[in-house]
Amino acid sequence: MSGKNNKSSVDLDPITLSVIQAGLQQVCDEMDLSFSRAAFSPVIAEANDRSDGIYSAEDGSLIAQGAGGLPVFVGTMQYSTRSLIERIRNGDTPAPMPDDIYIVNDPYLGGTHLMDVRFARPFYRNGEIFCWLSNTGHWPDTGGSVPGGFSASATSVEQEGLRLPPVRLFKQGKLDEEIYAIICSNIRVADQRIGDVKAQAAALMVGEKRLNEILDRYGDDTVSEAIVELRRRAAIQMRSCISQIADGTYHSLAYVDSDGVVNEPLEIRLAITKTADRLRFDFFGSSPPCKGPMNSVLATTLSSVYLAMRHIFPQVPISAGAFEPLEIIRPEGTFLDARYPRPVSGCAAEVSQRIAEAVFAALVVPLPDLVTAAPAGTSGNFALGGYDPDRSRDFVMYQLSGGGYGGNADHDGLTNGCSTIGISKAPPVEIMEQAFPVLYHRYALREGSGGAGKQRGGFGLDYELELRRGNATASFVMDHGRFGPQGALGGRDGQPNTVVISQSGKTCIPEHLSKEQDIPLKPGDRVRVQTPGGGGYGDPLTRDPQRVLEDVLLDRYTVEQALNLFAVVIDQKSMRVDDQETADKRAD
Amino acid sequence: MSSPASSDPSGQVIGVDVGGTFTDLVMFDQVTKKVSLAKVPTTVENQAFGVLGAMEEANADLREIDLIVHGTTTTTNAVLERKLCKTGLITTAGFRDILELGRRTRPQPYGMSGEFTPIIPRNLRLEVDERTDAAGKIIKPLDEADVKKAAQKLLDAGCESLVIHFLHAYANPDHERRAAKIAEEIWPNSYINMGHALLSESREFERGVTVAINASVQPLLERYISRLVEELSHKGYGGDVLVMNGNGGMVSSALVAREAAKTVMSGPASGVIAAAFTGRKAGMENLITYDMGGTSTDVALIRNARPSVSNEIEIEYAMPIHVPMVDVRTVGAGGGSIASVNSAGLLEVGPHSAGAKPGPICYGSGGEQPTISDANLLLGRLDADKFRTAGSSDNFARVRDVFQEKLADPLTIDTMKAAAAVLQIANTKMAGAIRMVSISLGVDPRDFALFAFGGAGPLHATALARELGIPKVLVPARPGITNALGCIVADLRHDFVNTINMPLDLVDIDAVHALFDACVEEGERLISDENIEIIKLNHLFSVDMQFIGQTHLLRVELASSKPSAADLRQLFEEAYFNRFHVELNEIRANLVNINTSVIGERSQLDLSTLIDPAERKATVEQARSDTRKVYFDDGWHRTPVYWRDHLPANFSLEGPAIIEQMDTTTLIEPGDQATCDDDGNIIISIAKITGPVAEAVSGAPT
Repeated sequence: MSGKNNKSSVDLDPITLSVIQAGLQQVCDEMDLSFSRAAFSPVIAEANDRSDGIYSAEDGSLIAQGAGGLPVFVGTMQYSTRSLIERIRNGDTPAPMPDDIYIVNDPYLGGTHLMDVRFARPFYRNGEIFCWLSNTGHWPDTGGSVPGGFSASATSVEQEGLRLPPVRLFKQGKLDEEIYAIICSNIRVADQRIGDVKAQAAALMVGEKRLNEILDRYGDDTVSEAIVELRRRAAIQMRSCISQIADGTYHSLAYVDSDGVVNEPLEIRLAITKTADRLRFDFFGSSPPCKGPMNSVLATTLSSVYLAMRHIFPQVPISAGAFEPLEIIRPEGTFLDARYPRPVSGCAAEVSQRIAEAVFAALVVPLPDLVTAAPAGTSGNFALGGYDPDRSRDFVMYQLSGGGYGGNADHDGLTNGCSTIGISKAPPVEIMEQAFPVLYHRYALREGSGGAGKQRGGFGLDYELELRRGNATASFVMDHGRFGPQGALGGRDGQPNTVVISQSGKTCIPEHLSKEQDIPLKPGDRVRVQTPGGGGYGDPLTRDPQRVLEDVLLDRYTVEQALNLFAVVIDQKSMRVDDQETADKRAD
Repeated sequence: MSSPASSDPSGQVIGVDVGGTFTDLVMFDQVTKKVSLAKVPTTVENQAFGVLGAMEEANADLREIDLIVHGTTTTTNAVLERKLCKTGLITTAGFRDILELGRRTRPQPYGMSGEFTPIIPRNLRLEVDERTDAAGKIIKPLDEADVKKAAQKLLDAGCESLVIHFLHAYANPDHERRAAKIAEEIWPNSYINMGHALLSESREFERGVTVAINASVQPLLERYISRLVEELSHKGYGGDVLVMNGNGGMVSSALVAREAAKTVMSGPASGVIAAAFTGRKAGMENLITYDMGGTSTDVALIRNARPSVSNEIEIEYAMPIHVPMVDVRTVGAGGGSIASVNSAGLLEVGPHSAGAKPGPICYGSGGEQPTISDANLLLGRLDADKFRTAGSSDNFARVRDVFQEKLADPLTIDTMKAAAAVLQIANTKMAGAIRMVSISLGVDPRDFALFAFGGAGPLHATALARELGIPKVLVPARPGITNALGCIVADLRHDFVNTINMPLDLVDIDAVHALFDACVEEGERLISDENIEIIKLNHLFSVDMQFIGQTHLLRVELASSKPSAADLRQLFEEAYFNRFHVELNEIRANLVNINTSVIGERSQLDLSTLIDPAERKATVEQARSDTRKVYFDDGWHRTPVYWRDHLPANFSLEGPAIIEQMDTTTLIEPGDQATCDDDGNIIISIAKITGPVAEAVSGAPT
C-alpha cells in the first residue's frame, strides 16, 4: 500500500518525519541501554525486565518507547503517566518542579504488579512541560508475604508488598532521603536498591539530554507537529495491517489453571470483531474477579492485547497511534479488570500471556500466515527459599523456564523459547549450582511435548533438581498445568506443564498443578518440572512423513507417537517410513 | 627478543585475506618499500585457489617471500552455513540437550516464530554417568565403560571430531581428561576436544557451543591450511603460514586447528587491526571503525590504538563463541539495503537487502528493488559511466524509473529528492546504531575519529560523522584492502583471563600481582615459540569489576601489573562515574576478572608507498579526472572528481569533491576540508558538527 491516501494536516515532509521518528526511538533505546547497564537487580540488568519511553504532556499517551523493553510494558506506562497527570490536575498529587522524579508502583494506577516500579520525570522546554519521560524497572523485592513478591496465595494487595502512590522521590534533582528510608524499611535486600534507584533516575536524565538535542536541532514546533503526525500515521499503518483480516467475529477461549487459592480454572473469553479497519476486543463472559493473585489490572489487560498485536505485526512502531484502531471494551466485572484490593501478582507474568494466547487463538484463523499456534506461555516461576548452613545464610533462588513455541506457517515451533511477555535468558545450571545449595539431575528437552501438527509445536523443558543441604520451601507460579497450549487449524495441543515433588522418596503433585506456595523440602528432596510444549499448527496427518521420522531418529517422539499422533508407520528394524502403510493409515 | 623467522629478514611479506566476494593481497618488500596489491574473486569451494591466484596476479615469487599471513573465512562460512564436520558429543547424563535448549530465548523481541539448529544434532549427543559439583568435588564417578561405548558409537556413526563436555569441568577437569584419554584409545585422529581446555569458565551452554564449534571446524581448517601450505611449498615458499585469529593476533599453521574457533570472525578483526595500526601512525589513536560493504556494516572501537576486545561474541542467534575476540558489531545496512515506502506512507531503508545477488539495480544483475547504492548512483556520488557495462542497457535510466515508481510517486516527491531521502534515512539509522555501540562500550562517539573503509564506507563517512558529531574522518590509502593490510601489520598476541570474583576488600592483592606475572611469563614463552621477528613486547593489564550485586562488568585498564586495592577501587569508581554519571559510595566493589595480554609488536611497516609515488601528479588540478553534478543536502553542485593515485602527496582540498580509486569512492561534502598525510591517509575535517535537517523536500504528500 502506498502513502497516496495519507492526508496530512501539517506541512511536514515524510523524510523529516522519518528522521524525527528514528531520533525519538533512539532516545528511548539509549534510556533502555543506560538503565540495564547500570542496574543492580539481575532482573533488570540481565533479564531486561524494564522499559523506557516518552509520553505526551497532555494525557500521557505513548509517543515512543524503547525497542528492547520488556514486551508486557508495551502499553502500561501510558496509563500510569495518564493517571499521574490526572492526579496532579485534581490536586491528589503535588505538582512537579523541574528535575523532580515521581515514583509509583500502585497497580491500580496504570500498572502491573507491585514489583514493577515506575519513575516519571517531567520534561521541560521553556518553562513548560513538553512531555514526560518514564521508565519501569522490576525490583527484586517490594516487601509482602514472600520474597520476590510472587505469592501464589495472597488474597489482598497488602499481602503482596509495599504500595506507593505517586510521590516525588527526587525533588529538584535531590533524593528525598525520608521517602527512601520508608521504602527501604519495607523491602528485602534494601542495601542494593540505591544502585537501582540511581540507575533508573540516570536513565531518565540520559533521555532528557538526548531529547533536548533533538528539539534544539529540529525545533520544538516541528517535533511537536511530527509527534502528532507520526501518531496519525502509526494508526494508518495498523489499520492497513488490520485490513488484511476478513470482516467478522473471531472467538477464542483460554484458561488460567486456577487463581492459586480456589482450585478452579479461570476463563478468558474473547470475541474479536473486525469491521472496516478496526478491531474490537470484547472479553464479555470471562470469569469474575478471583480470590487469589491471578487478577489483572486494566492497564495490564490492555497492554497484553497490544503486545499480542505487536507479535503479529512487529513492523508497526510502538505508539499510541498504533493502538487507536484497537478498541478494547473495558472488561468490567471480570478478573481482567481488577480493582483495589484484589491481589494481582500473577497478572504481568501469567494472565498477560493467557490474554495474548486468546488473541493468537482468535486471529490465527483469519491470519494463518502471520499467527502461530499457542506458545508455552508461562514464565515458569519456581522459587526456592531457605537456609544454606554451609554459607550460614538465607537464600532465595528463582528458576524461570522456557517452553515450546507454537507451530506456524513457516516453521515448527521453537524449542525452549522465552515467555511471550519476556525477552530474558534463563540462568545456566552451573551458575545456579554455584549460588545455591541445589544439584540438577536433568536439564533436558522434554520429549514428546510438542503438539502434533503439519508444523509441530516446539518442545518444552524437563528439569529436576535436588536440595543438597539445609532446609527450604518451594513455591510455584506457573500455568498451563490443566490444559496444554492450544493447537491451531487442526493442530494438537502441546503437553501441559507438570510439577512433581519428591519428599523423602514419596512423590506428590501440587493441588493446583502449576501453583503452590511454601512446600517444605529437606536435603535429598527433589522437584521436577516439565514445561509445556507449543501447540501444533495444521493437521498432523499432512506432516511430511520424513520429517516425522527425523524427529523419531532424534528421540523427540517415539515410534508409537509417530503412529498415534501423525499416522506415520515406521519400521522398527530399518527405521524407515513404511510409505504404503502410512498412506493407508492416513486414508482412514 | 625472538629470533627472526628466516635467515634473510630483508625479504618480502604477504598478507592475504579472503572475503565474501574478493580475495585481497598486499605484498610488501621491506627493503625497496615496494608495495604490490592484488584483488581476485574469492573461490568459494576451495579458498586456496583464490589465494594462489592473488599471488600470481601480484607476480609474487614465492622463493623470495619471508612470511605469509593469511586471513580466511573457512571456519566462519562453515559455521554460518552449518557445513560442518560430523561431530559427536559425550556429556554428563541428564544434560545432552544443553546445546539445543540454549538460554531460553527467541531470535527477536517481537514475533513468536523462528528457527534454531543446534551445532551438533541430538542423535550425536550421548550421555555418560559422571558428576562434578560447582566446587569441583566429584560426586559421581566417571563410568569409563560408558565413555568407551559412547565414543565407539559416535565413531561408528561417522563422526570425525569429538567433544567431551561435562558440567563444572572448569572447576575440576579430571573427568574430562580421563574421558579424553579413554577416547584416544579408539579415536583415529587428534580431534578430541575437552570443554574446559578452550574456555575454562562457567556457563555450560556458552562453553559447550564454543568447544562444539571448535571441534566441528577443526578438521576443515586443518585440511585447508595444510593443503595451502603444501601448494605454497611446491611453488618454492619455505616459511610458515601464519593464520589470523579473531583477537587480532595470529598463529602458526601447525597450531591453528587446535583452537580453530578463534579464527571465526578473524576477517573483520584484521580490518580493525589495520585501522589501529594506521591510526597510531597517523597520530589518531581513538577511532570508530566503519566498514560498509554490500550487505552489512561492521563497527568497532579503538581506544589508545588498541581495539576493544570481548570474550562474549555471538556470531549469530544463540551461537556464542566465548574466546577473546576483537569486538566487531554488525549494525545492519549495507549498499544493498532496500528502500521502501511502508503503509504509513513513510520511507524505510532495510532491513531487507538485495545482497550480493541480485544486488542493487545498478549492478545490472537482475536487481529490481531500490537500494542505497542505487541512490548513490542517482545523486552522482557513484560514477554512472562505470555501471554502463556492455550488454546492459542504460542502468541509470532503469534506476531512476524504479525510484520514481516505488519511492517518489508514493511519497509524492521528486525522484532525486527520494534518492537523497534514502541516504538521509540510512545515515540516520546507521548513526543511531553506531551511537548505541559506542554507548554500550562506554564512550561518547564525539571523542573519536571515524575510520572509514570497505567498498562503501568512505562514501557515507562524512555524512555519518556530521550526524554523530564526530569532527574528523580518516580514509586510509587503500580502504578496499584493509583486511589484507591487517594481516601484515598484526602483532603476535596472547590473551589470558583469570576469574577471581571476590569482593575487592577480601582480595589478596599479592596473589593478583602474581597472576599477572605468571600470565606475562606464559605469553612471552608462547611468543618466543612462534619464532617471528618482533621489535618490542607490550603488556596490557586490565580488570573487570562491578559493584557487589551487579551482573554487568566494567573494564578498568591498568597502567601497571602492581596496582594496590585502593588504586583498583578508585579507578573503578572513576570509570563508573564516567560511564553512568552515578556515584555509589554506598556499595562495595567486586573484582571479577583479571586480564593480561602479551603483545609482540612487529616491525613497523612503511605505509607511504601503498599509493605508488610514481603515479602522482604535481598539482591537485592535474589529478582531476572529471567534473560531474553531485547532489548534497543543499542541492546539486558541480563537483570535481579526482583520481586518488594521481593526487600529489600531502594535497589539500575543500569539498565538494569526489575522490575515486580502484577500490572505493570517497565523498567530501561542501565545506569539508580534506588533507593527505605522509602515509597517504585522507583526513577530512567536518565543516559543521550539527546541521538542520535537509530542507523540507517537496512539501506534504497529497
